[in-house]
Formats: sequence, C-alpha cells, structure tokens
Amino acid sequence: MAINWNAFWEWANPRKFMWWTDRALPVIAILAAVIFVIGLVWGFFLTPDDYRQGATVKIFYIHVPSAMMAINIWAMMLVASLIWIVRRHHVSALAAKSAAAIGMTMTLIALITGAVWGKPMWGTYWEWDPRLTSFLILLLFYIGYMALWEAIEDPDTAADLTSALCLVGSVFALLSRYAVLFWNQGLHQGASLSLDAEENVADVYWYPALVAIAGFVLLFVALVLLRTRTEIRARRLHALEMRERVKNA
Amino acid sequence: MSLISVKDLTVSRGGMPVLEGLEFSVSSGEVLVLRGPNGSGKTTLLRTLAGLQPPYAGVVSVDPDTVAYAAHADGVKATLSVAENLAFWAGVYGGQEIAEALLHFNLDALRDRPAGNLSAGQKRRLGLARLMVTGRPVWVLDEPTVSLDAASVALFASAVKAHVAAGGAAVIATHIDLGFEERVFDVGPYKARMDVVRDDFDEAFL
Amino acid sequence: MIRLLWRDITLAFRSGGGFGLGLGFFLILVTLVPFGVGPEGDMLSAIAPGILWVGALLACLLSLDRIFALDFEDGSLDLLTTAPIPLEGVVAVKALAHWITTGLPLVIAAPALGFLLHLESTAYRWMIVTLLIGTPALSFIGSFGAALTVGLKRGGLLMSLLVLPLYIPTLIFGAEVVRRGAGGFLVGTPLAMQAGITLGAVALLPFASAAAIRVALR
Repeated sequence: MAINWNAFWEWANPRKFMWWTDRALPVIAILAAVIFVIGLVWGFFLTPDDYRQGATVKIFYIHVPSAMMAINIWAMMLVASLIWIVRRHHVSALAAKSAAAIGMTMTLIALITGAVWGKPMWGTYWEWDPRLTSFLILLLFYIGYMALWEAIEDPDTAADLTSALCLVGSVFALLSRYAVLFWNQGLHQGASLSLDAEENVADVYWYPALVAIAGFVLLFVALVLLRTRTEIRARRLHALEMRERVKNA
Repeated sequence: MSLISVKDLTVSRGGMPVLEGLEFSVSSGEVLVLRGPNGSGKTTLLRTLAGLQPPYAGVVSVDPDTVAYAAHADGVKATLSVAENLAFWAGVYGGQEIAEALLHFNLDALRDRPAGNLSAGQKRRLGLARLMVTGRPVWVLDEPTVSLDAASVALFASAVKAHVAAGGAAVIATHIDLGFEERVFDVGPYKARMDVVRDDFDEAFL
Repeated sequence: MIRLLWRDITLAFRSGGGFGLGLGFFLILVTLVPFGVGPEGDMLSAIAPGILWVGALLACLLSLDRIFALDFEDGSLDLLTTAPIPLEGVVAVKALAHWITTGLPLVIAAPALGFLLHLESTAYRWMIVTLLIGTPALSFIGSFGAALTVGLKRGGLLMSLLVLPLYIPTLIFGAEVVRRGAGGFLVGTPLAMQAGITLGAVALLPFASAAAIRVALR
C-alpha cells in the first residue's frame, strides 16, 4: 500500500497539530508517568545491590536514560531543523526549539547524577574524562542554541539561523567527540547498554533499565508536545500582534 | 524592453504581507516614482526588487545582475577617503572610472578627505555617486534625497535623467518632486488585506 | 574580490581595531598567566602550549564581531549582497582578511610570547606550524558565528557563546601538537586532523555563513 506522504505532513499543520495533541497529550502524559514510576520503583527497590558498587548502582536508572536522551534529543533537533530547512514546516522548527530546553535539562541530569555516582566509584565528582567532557561540550551547544533562539526577534529568521547552527554544531559536536577521545583516554566504563550483548549489564538490571528508558522517552515526548503547544500559542500571539501593527500603520 | 516587471507581487515584512497584488513594469528610459506614507512598505518592496528578500507571493522578473540598490545607509567607510570609497565600489562592479561620478556630484574637491569628515549631505552625494560607477542599468533607490540641499537634489535629478537617457531605468521611493512625475506609482491601494486567511503556514497560526 | 580584501585590511589598519588590539590582548593574557599561576619555570613551561593556544583563540574572538557588524551597520553588507561578487566569496574574503589582520600577527608573535612562558625549545617549531594551520579555521568558524549574530544589537557576547564550543576541536589538536612536539613525540596525527578541520572549515563554512547573512538581511 502506498503511503500518502502529503497526508502525513498535514499532521504538522499548526491547527491540526493542536487538534490531535490536545487529545493525545493526556494519554501520553499518563502513560509516561506510569511507566516512569514502574521503571524507577523496579530499579530502585526490586533489584539486588551490586556486589561491588552497593546501592549506588541504582542511580544508573536515572543516569543512563538521561544521558541517552541528551544525545538523542540533539539528534531529534537536527532532524527537525532539516525538516524546517527543506519543507518549511513551522511546527518542526518550534518542536526543535521546545526540545532544546529538555535536552539541556537531560544533559544536566546526566552530568549531576554522574558526579554523584562518580564520587563513591572513582573518588571524584569530576574528571576530565572524554565521556564527561563530551557531555559538558554538549551542554555548551544546547546553551548556545537556546541563546540564539532567544536573541532573534523574527521567528522565521530565528528558525533559519538556529537550524544552521544546529547543522554546523552537529558536525563540530562529532568532531569534538573524537578530538576529546584523542585528547584523553579516560576512566569512564564503556557504554552501559549496547547492541553487543556481551558487554551489557546483567538481565536483572537490564529489564528495569529498559522500562526506565521507555519512561524517559515518553516523558520527553509528552514534554516536547506540551512545549510545542505553548510555542504555537506564543507564535499565534506574535502573528496577531504583527497583524495589529500592520493594520495600525 | 522591460528591465524590471512584477506580476501579482506580495511583499512581506516579518512574515506578514504588507503590500499585495502589485503589478508594474519599468522599461529602459523610464523612471518609476513610488509614493506612499511612512511604513506603507516602500522599503520592503524595494528590497524585494533588489533581491535582498524573497517575494511572499507572485513574481519579480529582473536580472539581479542589472540592479544597483541604494538605501538609507550609504555603505561609506569613515576611515577611507572619498576617492577610495568610490574606487572600491567601482572595483567591485568591474572597474569603471570614478572621475566622472566625482565631478558630477561636486565631490572632486573633497576627493582626498576622509569620508568620516563629510557632512550628512556630502556623504549622501558620495553614496549616490556610487550608483554611477556600478554601470548597472536599473537603479533601485530608497529615499535618495534625504539630507540633500536643493542644489544637490538638482544634481541628483540630472544624474537620473542622464542615466535613463542612456537607456537605464530607475525605481525611486521619494516624497519630494524630482521632475519625473510622469509615472507615479502609489502603493496605498495595494495595502495587504488583513481579513483574508491565506493558505500558508504562518497564517495557519491565526 | 582582491579589492574587498584590500579594503578590509586597510580598514583594519586605519581604525586600529583588528591589528593592534588582538596582539595587545594576546600579550596581556600571556603576561597575566604567570601572575595567576606563579613564576615557577617548570609549571609555566608545562602549561605554555595550552596558554598560547587559548590566548590566540581569545584574541581571535575579540575582533570577530567586526567582520560583518560594521558593514551591516553602515549598509555596506546590503550593497555587497547585491554586488556582482557571490556572497559566499564576500564571506570567504572577509574571513581571510580577518585572518591576515588577526591570525597571522598572532602566529608571528607567538614565539616571542612562548619565550616569556619558558616554552620548550623543541616546541617552537610546532607552535608556529599549528598556529599557522589552525588560525585560519578560527577565522572561518568565527565568521560563521559572526554571520549568525550579524543583525543582533548585542551580538558580541552571544557570538562568543556560539563560537567557542566550535573552537574546541581546533584547540585540542593544536595544543596536542605542541605538547607532543615539546616532548619529542610524533605529531603527525593531530597535525593532520587539525589541517583537515581547517580545510573543511575554509571549504564549507562560507556557504553556511552566506546563507545565514542572507537570512539576517531579509
């Protein structure tokens, strides 16, 4: 069956977006809350303590999902920016704008939980380890991106320029990642979850972690929809103001 | 031969249309004078003609390599001398002689003066002299006579006359009478209507 | 294009903004560091490559907002956009002029300042080489940041915020080359990486900058 792509893009029309998110948002939000709580309760109270790390290992259920989200939200912003550049869907640009603040928060959570976890594990809150440093750099990119959005008055100009920054920034973020690896080999353990099953943590930790990740993803979706709705309303206000200004001129 | 023509053109400022349904064309040897109150969208229209911003809707048919644009700001560098400023622009546009332009706008005596020392009117004359060294046929001018005295306005008018007599054309937004009022285009009636919803994403926010 | 290059260089010289200012800043920064970390030669010699690179980077940043902001204010940028030169060319030439008036003097001054910081004698060669290879990237990356903030009233601080993270790879590889050079190790890999970044930035970023300027002028 051929997919009607034009119909797909219609969901990005602001009015239609407002219509369907109005109905979908409560469902997603409740689902996010339930799964989030299940994941964390399961992870915190129903898993054994690690023989080496003790109870500190439990911070893993916040640290790992937030770190994953921090990176994936930037990737989502990149895709949304590309959609804005190519197809000029306003909602896409506004979704990227909405996602940035959430991404920055996730990066901060990952950094802070990492520091809290790092103290008992490595004996230090902060180390210039490649992985930690990369997240710090990612935080700088998020801050710059958000600052540029705030600084530009005209919404379309802001969308264009932040998209350009997101594209160029992505390239340099990747470059920085490799430069940082080159610069210092580091003491952070390998990725906690990878497709290569041998390196993964044991199943008893792995399943609640998956639930926690699903909870974080749903939380992000709910938040980004909510924030995009706010942005659309702000944009509507802006359009009305512009109209008044033109009328009175 | 039409050097510049627009068809059903809508121009926008900050995402909102300000003028719509514009239709006109300017041929070689013609001057089109734009009239309209402040804030009516003349500058927006001229910037669209010069290719600095895309039309909101409709068509602008003009070869961008034929347009010389001049706006409120003259692009004059304070630390360069009058001749250096002009020679730079002449060089950018392919090396025309600057002597004639300097003479025409009475700038010859000032040629070695740093442009920072010029009065507002003299600076303006330098900005207009730049048009003569571009060698481009279509002049798109936004309020060219601001801060010019009567004698300088006459100089400017004669420069435009000589330009169109040589086969050029000009679109000028101005409030004063320059002596080519045979073609006046009042933008007033083209003010974009606000009560229609356009089939556009920006409007879909309303 | 040559004319534009000459004009920008002349302007930088006459207004005294780009040329002397960046160098003076570099000198002051290098003078301040020993006051902060103490006068021990060993310590200074260990941190000299990093200080020189960070100093060069900040000195470069200082004059970046002049690349487009001045031309934007006096209307030249509008006129250059409608001129026969492609805007990408204008951007590239202006970045090149920025490098000649800011980056190149830093390269020349760096050995003298390295002397102040007890830079290892083996490292001088690599200090000059990496700065020579790396500073063009700083100018071209910076021109992108300047283009993004060109229409903004207080764009200077924002531009620093946008540009500095983009400088990280260049800084890491640049300082790494000097550190390795000082220790007598092989410098091929970081040097090649840095050259790659510079070539990529010079080749591609003018397109992004030109697009950003077109949007900002709209």
